[in-house]
Amino acid sequence: MKVVVLVKQTPDTAELPKVSAEDVRSGKIKATMVINPWDEFAVEEAILLGDRYDVESVAISMGSPDAVDALKHALAMGVGGAALIDSSALSGGDLWTTAAALAAAVKAQGADLVLTGKQSVDDNSGAVYAGVAAQLGWPMVSAVTKIVDISNGQITVERMVEGAQETISVPLPAVISVGKEINEPRYPSFMGIRKASKAVIPSTPAAELGIASGSGKTQWTNIRKPEERKTKCVIIEGATVEEKAAKLVDALLAEKVI
Amino acid sequence: MSVLVWIEQNQNGVVPNSFEVLGKAREIAAALGTQTVAAVLGDNASAAESVRPYGPDVVLAITGPVLANYRLSAYTAALRKAVEAVGATVVLTAATVRGREVAAMLASQLDAGYAPDAIDLRVENGRLVAVRSVYSNNILADVTFNSPVQVVSVRPRSFPMPEPGAPGGEVRTLDPGLSENDVKEKVLEVKSTDTGEISLTDASIIVSGGRGVAQDPAKGFALVAELASVLGAAVGASRAAVDAGYIPYKHQVGQTGKTVKPDLYIAAGISGAIQHLAGMGGSKVIVAINKDPEAPIFEKANYGIVGDLFQVLPALTAEFKKRLGK
Ligand SMILES: Cc1cc2nc3c(=O)[nH]c(=O)nc-3n(C[C@H](O)[C@H](O)[C@H](O)COP(=O)(O)OP(=O)(O)OC[C@H]3O[C@@H](n4cnc5c(N)ncnc54)[C@H](O)[C@@H]3O)c2cc1C
Ligand SMILES: Cc1cc2nc3c(=O)[nH]c(=O)nc-3n(C[C@H](O)[C@H](O)[C@H](O)COP(=O)(O)OP(=O)(O)OC[C@H]3O[C@@H](n4cnc5c(N)ncnc54)[C@H](O)[C@@H]3O)c2cc1C
Repeated sequence: MKVVVLVKQTPDTAELPKVSAEDVRSGKIKATMVINPWDEFAVEEAILLGDRYDVESVAISMGSPDAVDALKHALAMGVGGAALIDSSALSGGDLWTTAAALAAAVKAQGADLVLTGKQSVDDNSGAVYAGVAAQLGWPMVSAVTKIVDISNGQITVERMVEGAQETISVPLPAVISVGKEINEPRYPSFMGIRKASKAVIPSTPAAELGIASGSGKTQWTNIRKPEERKTKCVIIEGATVEEKAAKLVDALLAEKVI
Repeated sequence: MSVLVWIEQNQNGVVPNSFEVLGKAREIAAALGTQTVAAVLGDNASAAESVRPYGPDVVLAITGPVLANYRLSAYTAALRKAVEAVGATVVLTAATVRGREVAAMLASQLDAGYAPDAIDLRVENGRLVAVRSVYSNNILADVTFNSPVQVVSVRPRSFPMPEPGAPGGEVRTLDPGLSENDVKEKVLEVKSTDTGEISLTDASIIVSGGRGVAQDPAKGFALVAELASVLGAAVGASRAAVDAGYIPYKHQVGQTGKTVKPDLYIAAGISGAIQHLAGMGGSKVIVAINKDPEAPIFEKANYGIVGDLFQVLPALTAEFKKRLGK
């Protein structure tokens, strides 16, 4: 069984607050770039599936040539192979452009199962996997917290929605996005890192997968920083904890938030 | 033309966030000079009546045995039928797990522009504009569309809950024309995880605990829960508290947990790491209880008490009980 894991390279979450509107507009983000934290769960699950089934796993990323670092992280964790879709020459795309490119790459790999993260920590869509599934005409299950079983061409999973846990079975090939509850991503081993650093990762320009610029159905405009939270913290003073509590309750009742 | 809203239902009936979206949809429809259609899906049309007081022009009941339980492919197919039937140009859902996946799948299948988890909507020059909060609430962008159909999922609590009025709107029915063979997913089991607690994303007040409870985690979160209970609030937590096993993941607020937007957020024993702030920075009023006066949370808080949460929380609970007459 061939499993493709989709990984995106995203800014380190600790540095997101300093990303400027100009950075986002130009696409040149001045931050340390890492594998999207949500995608580590998908990578881990692909590796764990290898312990349970006969699995060949490949990580695929679309991005600039720098995105090979995210792929190397996946390799260092233990996926079998990696491939990059180079999108540097692509402009004017949107979610579905990304999805179309990834779907084409998945098809070229001959995958039976696609694993993805829940969402990216930069563009936050939580939608690319739906586009991949729609392009391929495959079933999709999102927010998966456990892969229960894969047999007879069916995959059975548990997933969480608000207020309920569902157990769902769909035929393969399928697209699955995973949630944080599914596993505990491993740290790459020293040997893994060494192996990954030597890996040569094939790169395909998006155009070769039939993806054209300007195909986006949406545009981002007026990219800006949200208004800074301008609060001056009022430290509640008092002789006793009871007095402080009473003063805070006064203040909150006056704010009309209770 | 019309603005179509998917009215999501779960085991407790209509998901209230759907009504927030419906309220805004009426404004958008008015600005576009068109109608609001509320789509109710299921094996029967019983939910239609509960939607009429929220004022859609039409309640479209799409019914059939195939739609008895929510399944992504069946619900997407039914909504496509609805889009066609009412000539929808704007489709809105609440950005719940199901609302987000159904909106994404529908948009992708229709090759329509999609704005996920939008925090605001407006009409400009006769066109829909959605506002998205991206980079984990560190960047805002306006999303404009160049597709005939525009799909948006709306973050819970972005719009006020409308007041129900006299039942209006006509109820129409639509046959989804689906058979069981058209649906790939089988739902083998649905287990309720609903413990009657208020959910974080719906809460107007949240009381959260962090690693500051470490000296006695069970007691610490019991104190958090007691204050929450007096305030009718939901219980939240930092990742450090979740990772340490003090409380389940579903309570986690932040970057890799839930984004929340309550009127009041009380953080006890939480330092205020960037990844925590990413999830609750949009709260109206923030209160920090921390024994370290230098903790970064105080920079974002409106009110702070420097002190031991094991003393401050019970004092607050007692004081609120007194004032609220509980
Ligand atoms: C300047 C700028 C302008 C933009 N303009 C638009 C616009 O006009 N319209 C629009 O829709 N979007 C726009 N985008 C967003 C861009 O198209 C998205 O980054 C892209 O579509 C992926 O969305 P996401 O990161 O939110 O993925 P999500 O849907 O959040 O990702 C879900 C999962 O899919 C997989 N995945 C996502 N992206 C990749 C990838 N590149 N490679 C491998 N796996 C991946 C991962 O497993 C991930 O966890 C813009 C971005 C920038 C910086
Ligand atoms: C990729 C990534 C994603 C992340 N996602 C999230 C996320 O979703 N949510 C999240 O919260 N974090 C997240 N984090 C972790 C985040 O960086 C912090 O580690 C975490 O928020 C710290 O939790 P804390 O404030 O409870 O603990 P600490 O930082 O240890 O703070 C504990 C605080 O309690 C105070 N304290 C101690 N004892 C008492 C007492 N008796 N009374 C009062 N105060 C006391 C201390 O002064 C201190 O300020 C993420 C990190 C990464 C790298």
